[in-house]
Amino acid sequence: MTSTTRKSTATRGRGGAANTAPPRPGASRVRRSHRRWAWGFLAPVTLYLLAFYAYPLYRNVELSLREYTVRSFVQGGAPFAGLDNYRTVLTDPAFWPTLTHTVVFTAASLAFQFSIGMALALFFRQHFPLSGTLRALILVPWLLPLIVSASTWSWLLNSDSGLVNAALGVVGVDQVNWLTSPGWSLTSVIIANIWIGIPFNLVVLYSGLQAIPTEVYEASALDGATGWQRFWSITFPLLRPVSAITLLLGLIYTLKVFDIIWIMTRGGPTDSSATLATWSYRLGFGNLLPEFGPGAAVGNLLIVMALIAGLVYIRIQRRQNLR
Amino acid sequence: MTTSTPRVWWKTAVGLVLTGLMLFPVYWMINVSFTRDQDMRASPPHLFPTNGTLDGYRAVLDQQLPYLGTSFLVGLGTVALTVALAAPAGYALAKLRPPGGPALSFVLLIAQMIPGIIMAMGFYAVYLTLGVLNTLPGLILADSTLAVPFAVLIFTAFMSGIPDELLQAAVVDGAGRLRTFWSVVLPVSRNSVVTVSLFAFLWSWSDFIFASTLAGGGDHQPITIGIYHYIGNNNQQWNAIMATAVVASVPAAVLLVLAQRYVSTGVTAGAVKD
Repeated sequence: MTSTTRKSTATRGRGGAANTAPPRPGASRVRRSHRRWAWGFLAPVTLYLLAFYAYPLYRNVELSLREYTVRSFVQGGAPFAGLDNYRTVLTDPAFWPTLTHTVVFTAASLAFQFSIGMALALFFRQHFPLSGTLRALILVPWLLPLIVSASTWSWLLNSDSGLVNAALGVVGVDQVNWLTSPGWSLTSVIIANIWIGIPFNLVVLYSGLQAIPTEVYEASALDGATGWQRFWSITFPLLRPVSAITLLLGLIYTLKVFDIIWIMTRGGPTDSSATLATWSYRLGFGNLLPEFGPGAAVGNLLIVMALIAGLVYIRIQRRQNLR
Repeated sequence: MTTSTPRVWWKTAVGLVLTGLMLFPVYWMINVSFTRDQDMRASPPHLFPTNGTLDGYRAVLDQQLPYLGTSFLVGLGTVALTVALAAPAGYALAKLRPPGGPALSFVLLIAQMIPGIIMAMGFYAVYLTLGVLNTLPGLILADSTLAVPFAVLIFTAFMSGIPDELLQAAVVDGAGRLRTFWSVVLPVSRNSVVTVSLFAFLWSWSDFIFASTLAGGGDHQPITIGIYHYIGNNNQQWNAIMATAVVASVPAAVLLVLAQRYVSTGVTAGAVKD
């Protein structure tokens, strides 16, 4: 920011009334005061981050490295246990199934949310009467409290009285125990989670589509490209950056999903729909005798996965901003 | 893209069907909330609430009002705290650009990625020591962590768009930085304040994980816990459960009707813009 540009912009902004101060000799003092002000404005948030992000995170790491009981949780003085909690978790027979569920839950949710969201975004891109209103309405599942969505789906998928089984019965399919049989519970929570995630994918991909200049399409239409060709040769490649970001954000969100699973199945029956998030919660809060140490250890494994995805996301976004 | 009129209406019809499919569970929730107990397990289920009842909503009025009140208070508190913390920070990051600012933005991005269950466990340990479990301020503080990083990023993005001339004009008029922030930056950023407030309220209203870990046993339980207890306790009265769910969805509906523009902005701002 040189003083000449500053003066000229100030003049433009104030209709010529302003004639700002000439460059002063004490510029470094000004800059220092400027910096002090800036950090003054930032101080509340910085303190807040330290107190309410960094400290709970630190407590969580500490929990995972000590052998806590209910008594020592309250009074302190839990013995240092090193990596014992992590060893307990990794050798637990529930570990590999839970990790597999987490991966399946995340991958299946992402694949369907993304492809359905993409299809809807392409559809709504063709402006037609009411398209804006309908697009807004589709946001509803994303805005509803998760407990509302989860309990609605619980009732839709109820074995005896649920609408889904009633509809399947019309086609001649036998009753499916969506939430109460180990074979179906994971599928059920995935279905509900897909439904919740579609609007987010739709909105982000739609805004990405808006950014593609229409001339590109007009040129390809002149070349005689069909709709399908246009999608694969133009839309898809041009949308790749936005797609990558959508998928990564989806990955971060999906790894975190806890409410839906806990409310619909509590991770059961017999842990058949348990993910790392619900397992961590059950260890820490779900039993009469809390196991905070192993619970925190599972949570920290989850955080590592989320952070890896997060760093990839930030890297991709940086690269795009530079371009 | 110009097409003939019949073709366009055909698309609208398809759009209506797709939207209907997506919103069907929402319709079903409303339908069940009006269904009488004796029709609840009818086979096949009634698709429309003929012979509807308001029993479910009566149960909400009788039993859920304290929960709703708590959620409302916690929501307002979260909004106030979030805006108070995030707006100055956004201004500093967007306009004063101190050294260390980009690092702070990076930390905020990372902070958004921490799974709630981990925060909940850490908060639980801290709150137990401080004795603020099951209190309103405790829940407000925890819920605000859902919104503050997002809010700072939104404010930074919006405030970067404020023309520098405007701020310099204020300085020329003799305003200090606090004054500039209060009487120029904030009024100009009204839209971002609305966006942030809406999302902060909605997230705190919808929060289940902090509510169940930090306020699940006391006098200040929010509506999400109200519904959760309902599901656990009376597995038969689904009209009451769904009526509570409908009432709990009201803020989302209000938000969508009043502020649809802001909602889309909020969804995309975190993802597409920086």
